[in-house]
Amino acid sequence: MTTLSLGRKKNRQRADAIQKFVIYLILIGGAVIVLFPFLWTFSTSLKTPDQVYQIPPQLIPNPAEPSNYVRVLVERPFARWMLNSVFVVVISTIGTLLSCSLAAFAFSRLRWPFRDKLFLVLLATMMLPTQVTLIPTFILFKELGWINTYFPITLPAWFARNAFYVFLLRQFFMTIPLDLDDAARMDGASHFQVYWRIILPMSKPALGVAALMFAQFKWREFLAPLIYLNRTESLTAAVGLRTFMDETHGTDWELMMAANILFMAPVVIVFFFTQRYMIQGVVITGVKG
Amino acid sequence: MIKVFSYTSLINSTHLPEPKKTNPRFHLTYRQSEALTGFVMAAPWIFGFVFFIAGPMIASLYLSMTRWDLFTPPRFLGLDNFQALLTDDNTFWLSFRVTTLYAVFSVPIQIAVGLALAQLLNQKIRLLGMFRSVYYLPSVLSGVSIAIMFRWIFGTQYGLLNGALKLLGIEPVSWLGDPDIVLFSFILMSVWGSGANMLIYLGALQSVPTELYEAAEVDGAGSFRKFFKITVPMITPVIFFTLINGIIISLQEFQTPFILTEGGPANASLFIVLYLYRHAFQWFKMGYASAIAWVIFFYVLVLSVLVLRSSKAWVYYEGSLKGRGE
Repeated sequence: MTTLSLGRKKNRQRADAIQKFVIYLILIGGAVIVLFPFLWTFSTSLKTPDQVYQIPPQLIPNPAEPSNYVRVLVERPFARWMLNSVFVVVISTIGTLLSCSLAAFAFSRLRWPFRDKLFLVLLATMMLPTQVTLIPTFILFKELGWINTYFPITLPAWFARNAFYVFLLRQFFMTIPLDLDDAARMDGASHFQVYWRIILPMSKPALGVAALMFAQFKWREFLAPLIYLNRTESLTAAVGLRTFMDETHGTDWELMMAANILFMAPVVIVFFFTQRYMIQGVVITGVKG
Repeated sequence: MIKVFSYTSLINSTHLPEPKKTNPRFHLTYRQSEALTGFVMAAPWIFGFVFFIAGPMIASLYLSMTRWDLFTPPRFLGLDNFQALLTDDNTFWLSFRVTTLYAVFSVPIQIAVGLALAQLLNQKIRLLGMFRSVYYLPSVLSGVSIAIMFRWIFGTQYGLLNGALKLLGIEPVSWLGDPDIVLFSFILMSVWGSGANMLIYLGALQSVPTELYEAAEVDGAGSFRKFFKITVPMITPVIFFTLINGIIISLQEFQTPFILTEGGPANASLFIVLYLYRHAFQWFKMGYASAIAWVIFFYVLVLSVLVLRSSKAWVYYEGSLKGRGE
C-alpha cells in the first residue's frame, strides 16, 4: 500500500518536472524567435557591404564596422530627423495631456448640459477609422498653407484629437472621491484650481501612463508625416527610415539597419525603465500601447 | 495656496445640496458657473471634434460623391464613385480580398498565440518578468521598424529565413516575391507580434477566481478541461475586446505593406488603405479615395456589429443572469 502510493507520488513528480521542462522549452524558444530579428538587425548594422551579402551569413561580423552609425548620423540627415521626431513628440504630448485632462475633468467631475450625450460621441470617435477624416483634413491643412510645417502633426493633439486619452484619464479621475472637490470648493477654490492643484497632482501615475503611451504612438506615427512633410530636412525619423530603401541604386542594408537600431533605441530604453507602468496601463485599459 | 485637506470642510461637505452661492461679478448661480466651467474645459475637445472629426466627415461624405483632382473644382457625380468602386473596380475587390484574408487569419492566430503564451506565463515561472517583457517588446516598436527588419529577413537570396531553411535542406522561398506566398508572410509577421494580446490576457487570467479551479479539481477535471471550461469562458469579455480591436486594426493595415512590398507582387499584398493612399496621394483622385474611405468605414462597422451581435452567444459577463438559470 505504502510503496504503491510512494510510486504514484514519484510518477506525479516526474510528470510535473517534464511539464515544467516543456513549458520552459516553449517559452525560451518563443523568446529566441522574438529576439532574433533584433540580433540580426544589430549584426547587419555592424557589417561592411561585402559582409552583408556574404553566404553563409555571419552572425557576429568580423571585423565589425561601427562607423556605419557615424555615417548614418553624418552623411545622412538622420540626426536631424531624430530631433524632428523628438520635437513633434514633446509638443504633441504636452498638448494631449493638457487638452485631454481638461476634458476628462469636465466629463467626470462637473455637471453641464449634454455632458453624457457628448461623452457617447467621444466614445464613438475612438472607434472611427482615421481614413474617413484623412482627406478633408489634408485639404484643410493644405489650404492653410501648412504643408511642410509641423502644425498638421502637432496641433490636433492640443484639441484632444486622440479621445482615447480623455477616456483613460476620465476613468482614473472617477476613482478620486468628489469630497475632495467639495472641500476645496468650500475653502474658496475655483473649479479650475481644483483641477490644477488637486486632481492633476493626484493623477500623476495616470498622466504618466498616458504620456508614455501617446509619446510612443507619436514616435512611430507614419501616415501623417508621410503626407504632410516632403522636404528632406523636415522629415520625422519614422518616415526618414524609408529613404534608405533605394530601388534604383540598391538598398544600403547596413546603413538602414543602423538607422533602424538608432530609431528603436529610445523606445526600447524607455520601455525598459518604465515597463512596470506601461504594462499596468495596458492591463488596466486593455489597449495596446 | 488653498488648504486641501481641511478637516472641517471635509466633514461638512455633501455633494448634493449645493450651496446657493452667487458669484457677484457675473451673477451666476453655483450650478450655472459649474456648467459654464464644464463647457470651457471641454471646449478644446469640442473644437477638435468639430474641426478635425465631424467637419471632415461631412466634407468626406460630399467629396466621395465628386470627382476632384485638387486643381480644378470638384464635379458632383452622385453615387457614381461608389457604383464604379463596387461594380467595375477589380483592383478594389482584390484589395478587399487581400485585407479580409489577412484579418481572417492573423486576428484569430494572434488571439490563440497570445492566449497560449499568457497561459504558459500564468504559472510559477522563473524570470516571468523577463519573458513578459521580451514577448511584449514587438508591440512597443514602430510598424516601420518591424517591416524593415522583416524585409531583410524575408529576402530571397540573402534573407535569414531562407538561410535557416537551407540548413534544413529546403529550397529558398520567395517570401515577398511570390503572389501566392506574400500574404502568408504578412500573417507570419503579425504572429511574431502576438505579445500585445498576451499582456492583456495575462491581466485577465490573474483575475479568474481560484475557487473555480479548486472546485473543478475536486471534481477531477484535468488541465485541458479547466482551461477550456473555466479559463476561456471567464475571460471571453477580454477575448471579445481583443477580437474587435484586432479586426479594426488589421483592416486598416497600411505601413507594413507600404514598406514591405508596396502592395506587390501583382497587387497580391495591396491592402485597402494602401489602395486608398495611391488614389489620394499618388493619383490625386480625392473623390474616389474618399469613397474608398467610406467603404472601409462601413466594412469596419458591419464587422464590428456582427461580432457584437454574436457576443451574446459566447461572451460571459459575470453578474449577468445568463448561464445561471432563472
